[in-house]
Amino acid sequence: MSLRRLAPPEIQPASFAFTGENAEWAKAVIAKYPQGRQASAVISLLWRGQEQEGWVSHPMVESVAKMLSMPFIRVLEVATFYTMFNLEPVGTLIQVCTTTPCWLRGSDAVVAACKKHIHPHEKTVSADGKFSWMEVECLGACVNAPMLQIGNDFYEDIDGPITERMIADLRAGKPVKPGPQNGRASSEPLGGAATLHDASLYDGSIIGKYRPVAPAPAEPAKKPGTP
Amino acid sequence: MLADKDRIFTNLYGLQDPGLEGAKKRGQWDNTKAILEMGPEAIVDIMKKSGLRGRGGAGFPTGLKWSFMPKEVKERPHYLVVNADESEPGTCKDRDIMRHDPHTLVEGCLVASFAMRAHACYIYVRGEFIREREALQRAVDEAYEARLIGKNNINGWDFDLYVHHGAGAYICGEETALLESLEGKKGQPRLKPPFPANMGLYGCPTTVNNVESIAVAPTILRRGADWFAGMGRPNNSGTKLFCISGHVNKPCNVEEEMGISLRELIDKHCGGVRGGWDNLLAVIPGGASVPLLPKSICDEVLMDFDSLKAVQSGLGTAAVIVMDKSTDVIKAIQRLAYFYKHESCGQCTPCREGTGWMWRVMTRLVKGEAKVSEIDLLQEVSKEIEGHTICALGDAAAWPIQGLIRHFRPEIEKRIADYSKMAAE
Repeated sequence: MSLRRLAPPEIQPASFAFTGENAEWAKAVIAKYPQGRQASAVISLLWRGQEQEGWVSHPMVESVAKMLSMPFIRVLEVATFYTMFNLEPVGTLIQVCTTTPCWLRGSDAVVAACKKHIHPHEKTVSADGKFSWMEVECLGACVNAPMLQIGNDFYEDIDGPITERMIADLRAGKPVKPGPQNGRASSEPLGGAATLHDASLYDGSIIGKYRPVAPAPAEPAKKPGTP
Repeated sequence: MLADKDRIFTNLYGLQDPGLEGAKKRGQWDNTKAILEMGPEAIVDIMKKSGLRGRGGAGFPTGLKWSFMPKEVKERPHYLVVNADESEPGTCKDRDIMRHDPHTLVEGCLVASFAMRAHACYIYVRGEFIREREALQRAVDEAYEARLIGKNNINGWDFDLYVHHGAGAYICGEETALLESLEGKKGQPRLKPPFPANMGLYGCPTTVNNVESIAVAPTILRRGADWFAGMGRPNNSGTKLFCISGHVNKPCNVEEEMGISLRELIDKHCGGVRGGWDNLLAVIPGGASVPLLPKSICDEVLMDFDSLKAVQSGLGTAAVIVMDKSTDVIKAIQRLAYFYKHESCGQCTPCREGTGWMWRVMTRLVKGEAKVSEIDLLQEVSKEIEGHTICALGDAAAWPIQGLIRHFRPEIEKRIADYSKMAAE
């Protein structure tokens, strides 16, 4: 459990409204669920709100509750339960995975780089107001450890110096390439896989090769061991 | 080593086109209608005979699970829900399915839904997998566009597929917590019974399956139960995606035959343990929740459900976390204890309070700032948590610590002795 509360009143905005485009999008999302089950859209709507404003505010929770005909407290529960909702402004948030698989591969050095170049404390916005960082639990890219997430993208196979360079580039407004930073395409072994080289898998010759066969109707039970 | 022709995920690494054209060329969506024409009973029968056991961690037979759904649709619609909330530390296999081979999953959703007489399916993707969600949505859109799914599709079973997402909660990988979350609530597990097959999503009959379990189904149905059952060992059949992370020379995901030896898996696909096999300290063989194994067991153990159960561990999600001799193994498990403390949903007291308590004791054990008797106390408390909670998170928090005490107790005692000595000086 982590204790999570909405930001103090003094930093809460006066109001919240989805942009026209996002409001249209929200209607389509609500329609994915059966009639009367619109509450299912609550995570999606809060997420879109966070994408729009950068964090989840009190007026946003109120507004989403109204859109989905949910009591305020139910939406507040969701906003505080799910840890990807930022409940205060965070700048560009760098989320460093430090769970055991990443830790084994050197996530301490990644954390050290963030402390050095952003702020000594996590969840604290840097002096230039641009960045903050935090440790997060397993992000699910363990064979590309250590890794971190910025916005929608994973940055994998990193180390201390690579992290420092990435932060410097982002600060200077230069693009940083998402994905593995050590030349891998994705999750294959570094230097290329020993598997999946059979060309017949990819030339279309497999089409029509296998035909589903319904099993024969149940036979009378045999004694185990008889042929 | 498993032959390439027997691999199901032929675009695991994303080196080929993940789109519909590429997928078709790799044999997906190949006469899916013929699969459906066999009828729901035949499909469930083949799945049972294939011996496929759920790939999400618990290893429950998939065909049997499908057969629990009511045979007739009454006033409540049936649902298939796919668990793509992949968050077990060490596990990153479903991610590759969704971003590189998404059509295996989309086709699997259609086939499985048909077998369970469901016309709608939700795929619950963890919140952090934003690019993966986009990739999956592209595949779903392509399938709609090509009328492979949707109303009046060419396969003859009206079917809607929706991609849903979470927002950062490990517990939503538990099937009933996932359903709660999908209904727009906090992800807190439900008491069972009633089981989801009776009362699942929106109170309707529902089956929740892992991504990999669903994605392998079309290939099994095309190639037959015997093909799948012929790989691996009895009761542990087929192929499996393994994720090997930690101290190996080349960490990677790979599809292999069930029952491959741990050593062969690491040596053949990952370039061996860093510093050689003799530099191995311990392995967590199935994701953070299963007890670790010391090298002496790793030398011989086979990677399947029953072999790992026999050595008091488990296959779990087949996420192999390797630790070499440079590892502070107490710290490695302490970090997992923090993970469970962070991810406990707070519903059951033994888990809510116990995970924090165990983490605090583990933190002192890392330094050695404890009494030797506290090791027994820790073991005892872990037993009080295990089995006393609504869901398995309590068990999952207890097992890694129990494994540590079982195999590395001398290490912990030495840490305590060293600390006492240092403190005395």
